[in-house]
Amino acid sequence: MTRLAVRKTYKLYIGGAFVRSESGRYDEAGGVNYPRASRKDVRDAIAAARKAAGPWAARTAYNRGQILYRAAEALESNRGRFVSGQEVDAAVDVLLHYAGWTDKLQSVLGGINPVAAPFLSFSLPEPTGVVGVIASDAPPLLGLIAEISPVLAAGNVVVAILSETEPLPGLDLAEVLGVSDVPGGVVNLLSGRRQELATALGAHRDLNAIVDATGDPGLATELDKLAAETIKRVRHGAAATSYEEAVGDALERLEAVTELKTAWHPVGA
Amino acid sequence: MTIETRTSIVWDYAPAPESADHIRLKDRYGLFVDGEFRDPRDGRYVSTINPATEEPIAEVADGGPDDVTAAVESARAAYPKWAALKDLERAKYLFRIARLIQERSRELAVVETMDGGKPLRESRDVDIPLAAAHFFHYAGWSDKLRYGVNAPEVEPLGVVGQIVPWNFPLLMAAWKLAPALACGNVAILKPAETTPLTALLLAEICQEAELPPGVVTILPGDGSTGAALVRAPGIDKVAFTGSTAVGRDIQAALAGTNTRLTLELGGKSANIVFEDAALDQAVEGIVNGIFFNQGHVCCAGSRLLIQESVRDEVIAKLWQRMGRLRLGDPMDKNTDVGAINSAEQLERIETLVAAGEDEGATRRTVSCDIPERGYWFAPTLFTDVSPAHRIAVDEIFGPVVSVLTFRTQAEAIEKANNSRYGLAAGIWTDKGSKAFEVASALKAGVVWQNTYNHFDPTAAFGGYKESGFGREGGPAGLRPYLKIVR
Repeated sequence: MTRLAVRKTYKLYIGGAFVRSESGRYDEAGGVNYPRASRKDVRDAIAAARKAAGPWAARTAYNRGQILYRAAEALESNRGRFVSGQEVDAAVDVLLHYAGWTDKLQSVLGGINPVAAPFLSFSLPEPTGVVGVIASDAPPLLGLIAEISPVLAAGNVVVAILSETEPLPGLDLAEVLGVSDVPGGVVNLLSGRRQELATALGAHRDLNAIVDATGDPGLATELDKLAAETIKRVRHGAAATSYEEAVGDALERLEAVTELKTAWHPVGA
Repeated sequence: MTIETRTSIVWDYAPAPESADHIRLKDRYGLFVDGEFRDPRDGRYVSTINPATEEPIAEVADGGPDDVTAAVESARAAYPKWAALKDLERAKYLFRIARLIQERSRELAVVETMDGGKPLRESRDVDIPLAAAHFFHYAGWSDKLRYGVNAPEVEPLGVVGQIVPWNFPLLMAAWKLAPALACGNVAILKPAETTPLTALLLAEICQEAELPPGVVTILPGDGSTGAALVRAPGIDKVAFTGSTAVGRDIQAALAGTNTRLTLELGGKSANIVFEDAALDQAVEGIVNGIFFNQGHVCCAGSRLLIQESVRDEVIAKLWQRMGRLRLGDPMDKNTDVGAINSAEQLERIETLVAAGEDEGATRRTVSCDIPERGYWFAPTLFTDVSPAHRIAVDEIFGPVVSVLTFRTQAEAIEKANNSRYGLAAGIWTDKGSKAFEVASALKAGVVWQNTYNHFDPTAAFGGYKESGFGREGGPAGLRPYLKIVR
């Protein structure tokens, strides 16, 4: 007698919980149903992310590096879950690369300013806060990892909109992250219709930055206009299709989601 | 409405006006395009006036759309040669400019004060020396760019369009031009409508330095000139310092283009006084934080957060100190508070101050002699301010400070960060570990401990949130003007 398989119900990943879309809507891909997130889900995800932002940024760089490394371990051990093993390999390597950035970014982007006055003045990069990522359609896993890894390594939290054509690898990644040490709310993953979700993300007033990897000029223009309303930082780029493309401009990716803070402390008097 | 008036102690200072007889201003300044002064295409000139006297100083061209086109053409033509110049040679031009600013510093300070209304003491001791220092600093970067941005190969962007405000006219021009040129770009700079003169003197300095024509273009004009400049085809990068409203328009206007953008916008910066601060020193810092340059400072410490236990003492000391501020002739070397930059700005301040009274805050304005002509606003203190009041939320850009209180450090941080802006903050405490902790918790681009409004070309400046993005100063100031090739 053949055993009946236990099917998986794909869910959104918001605030560390696996949830259906509050709208109750779903789409179907390859015989599998998956949630079609709503604008309200975007808002919920941003609220969850905001809650997680402070504690994530407050962890030591060493600790964040270890957590991202642990996520890479979890991804590697879940290699079989994904269709393309090669893509997983590249994604793990990218995650590993950025895990190593957490405790180096300050030294590379920051430093002591030799000011002409009796002050210890230094400038250090800090996370910008909550970053919205709009992933490319392909490659669905590597493209996503390439965008969220630098954002996380720089100390930010993420609300990501997954590939519209192939959302399942992103939703599978949620299950990998769910069992890693990444705290709930630090990564939030939403499947659904890009246009609807991306504009909700762009228009949200409590989002600090947008990383758009779709390469869609129409969407780019729309996002830029929405971003202007609250002076959000925006980075547009093409989808990374290899390890090299994901790390070749690592410093620019990291810098795009940081704020440089200059502090002046008195010396003497 | 209660305006408390008091008899101020009379301090007998003899007038100490700086002489203006060595100033050789022309009656009329054209646009500085292609290395020479030109009439605007549509022939429009406007008077720039001294806000302390309302007297016209000179006529200045107002660049129209055709002038913007001509400026971009000239800049584009100059770009290849400038970008290809040996980097040390580029540095030498910038060093020359720095030296010429130092040489002409007295003249520049006087003209800055005449055109903008700021006290001569400030233009002489802050604006002009810092402008020279900025050119000197970035001159030295010209041949070290790859070290500044940690990249083996970098390229300039091309033609940059830069718009600067009226509060630090020459200094902001230096902040914009020096890094742009050091990185191998050519620049078109639009000075503010009310304060074009020192930028035009800087154009003369560029001539004196024999800077190749078209490398620096100075395009005076109003908001419409700026709007045309940022939208002009052939502009590769826009750098803007000014209000958040205009910054927002520019960001939206550039949507979908490849034009790079940096914005340095408004602020409502918190100046936090803890009970363990040296209070007399803190009071000096509060005064410098909000009354420096009549409060026309984007990072002005306009939200004063005082710990409840020392609230009354600090306010009493502050109010007493405010009564000693000398408001009047900006050309007088003893003047602390000069003229408001324009009638328009004065109206904006008056509107917001009226809103503060309407919403129930208590206003105290220093009683002092106000000159008959010119635009003036006496130093003003608001207490009983709620965090929702407009005077606690909106940028006033004038000599008006709003006092809020807090009990704990956590509350201070929460209140300080409760703003859509995030440009700067001040912390007054003698406890080092507390200062470091608070500084790291504040969402602000610059945090000063036991000082305020301190600037240096080596130290990055710029904001979080709606105060803009991108940094000016130090190696971080190179990034906005470079393309990383690899």
